[in-house]
Amino acid sequence: MKKLLNTLYVTRQETYVHKERDTIVINSAGEKLAQFPALTISNILCFGQVSVSPPMMGYCGENGIGLVFYTEYGRFLARMIGKQTGNVLLRRTQYRLADDPEKANAIARVMVGAKIANARTVLMREIRNHGEHANISRAVEQLGYSLKSCQFSQSVPQTMGIEGDAAATYFSVFNGLIRGSRFQFNGRIRRPATDPVNALLSFIYSLITQECVSALMGVGLDPYVGFLHQDRPGRPSLALDLLEEFRASWADRFVLTLLNRRQLSPQAFVTEASGAVRLTDDTRKQVLVAFQERKQEEVVHPYLQEKVPYGLLPHCQALLLARHLRGDMEFYTPYLIK
Amino acid sequence: MMVAEAKEMEVLTISALQHVAYCPRQFALIHVEQVWEENFFTAHGQVLHQRVDAGAAEQRGNVRSERAVSVYSTKLGLSGKLDLLEVDVSGENTRYFPVEYKRGKPKVEDWDRIQLCAQAMCLEEMRGIRITEGAMWYWQERKRQSVQIDQTLRDATVSAIKLAREILLSGRTPSPVKEKSRCKACSLNELCVPDAIRKDNSANYVEQMFHQGVHA
Repeated sequence: MKKLLNTLYVTRQETYVHKERDTIVINSAGEKLAQFPALTISNILCFGQVSVSPPMMGYCGENGIGLVFYTEYGRFLARMIGKQTGNVLLRRTQYRLADDPEKANAIARVMVGAKIANARTVLMREIRNHGEHANISRAVEQLGYSLKSCQFSQSVPQTMGIEGDAAATYFSVFNGLIRGSRFQFNGRIRRPATDPVNALLSFIYSLITQECVSALMGVGLDPYVGFLHQDRPGRPSLALDLLEEFRASWADRFVLTLLNRRQLSPQAFVTEASGAVRLTDDTRKQVLVAFQERKQEEVVHPYLQEKVPYGLLPHCQALLLARHLRGDMEFYTPYLIK
Repeated sequence: MMVAEAKEMEVLTISALQHVAYCPRQFALIHVEQVWEENFFTAHGQVLHQRVDAGAAEQRGNVRSERAVSVYSTKLGLSGKLDLLEVDVSGENTRYFPVEYKRGKPKVEDWDRIQLCAQAMCLEEMRGIRITEGAMWYWQERKRQSVQIDQTLRDATVSAIKLAREILLSGRTPSPVKEKSRCKACSLNELCVPDAIRKDNSANYVEQMFHQGVHA
């Protein structure tokens, strides 16, 4: 498999990222904070007041290093796109299939199926480890039905509906997966999150989405044209499609680990006057470090039967999607956990 | 043979012929799908070629050596570069002797020799001559290996050109070759995922995913 390179997260405010020969240098108030060989970095994620020199931007574009800008609070702002890689024929195939309702749904329902299957597995594991729980068992059964109807879904809107129902079922029991009483989860709330669990979930989803965007661009697919998610200007629909199979399997389990191992306390979050909840600077840094560590951990890919680090899963899936679109494989094979 | 086709088609680069001879899928990945993954082998090959190509022309006795010589053939629809061309003017007829540099060691199969043969055929057309011999130089052995430009090799070269055109025209990427050993040495292994393609188990995989809910 490809080599997993590092992602550089620049979270310190009022920093300046520039280039010295083939190294990336981070300055603050004229002082050098850190320096990395550019060869070891695949993505630079800038949060808030971070400026990047034009030569550094050019270098990123030329060498396929992803450069992404977020607000200080982790909301996605922009991504710099360098030379388009890959093949126009592949993208044409992608557009053609996305325009064909039947073919788009053939892919969409597999992606949603994987999302439901993974959510179901997370719940079943909870029962296995912590004993039977009536609500969770009911949700597992419910998700089983959703999975079945997903297989026979006739259209993208129908698949979308099944996905929505399944998500509601899953999140209705998600609070039961959080140990202790320090954090309460009362359903998924986005834009803005009004409790710490939702704030964390949103943050991790947005990080993995960016990983999916990079992976799709890397194999020559257009991250903005999806099969499940419809086109909307500025929305990386295909990356959001790809994210579905990673939500429960990667993001949610990661968030649960952080909370249940008591790595984060309620003081790690700030509630604004509006009621919106966000991560403090230190928390964000801590979460990013843990996220980065998780990315190095290896898993056996269920379809490729090969050991790969977590961080390369988006790449593997983008590759398998490209191979399916090219006609090498009859079906897209999503990432499934056991 | 394929004059008309060659005119309509884009010009093939000679170096692409060794790709198609090695593995038609590798050829399609590089020239149709335009993916390229650098690995140790390809990077090493490039450094070696930079060295080879950097040398200036030199004259030793009656033999002039020219490096990085551009050649083409309108008949075959080919163009490319020769690593080294030795021109011997001592005899009655000027003798042209192409040499191709490779990293690694001599290959059992024809794929490197096909490249050399294509270069020779280009030269023949450009100069109106006949070339019967050239040589390969392998970095691991550091000595020349003579190659006869005979009819068998010429036929193999023409077949490779034909196959390459067919793939380009169809825009389809063929399945991986049977010889798994070639995949191990291939720089595109990771993008090609040959094992997943050789045995397409995707239908079964997806079926099982949808099925798991029923047995619960």
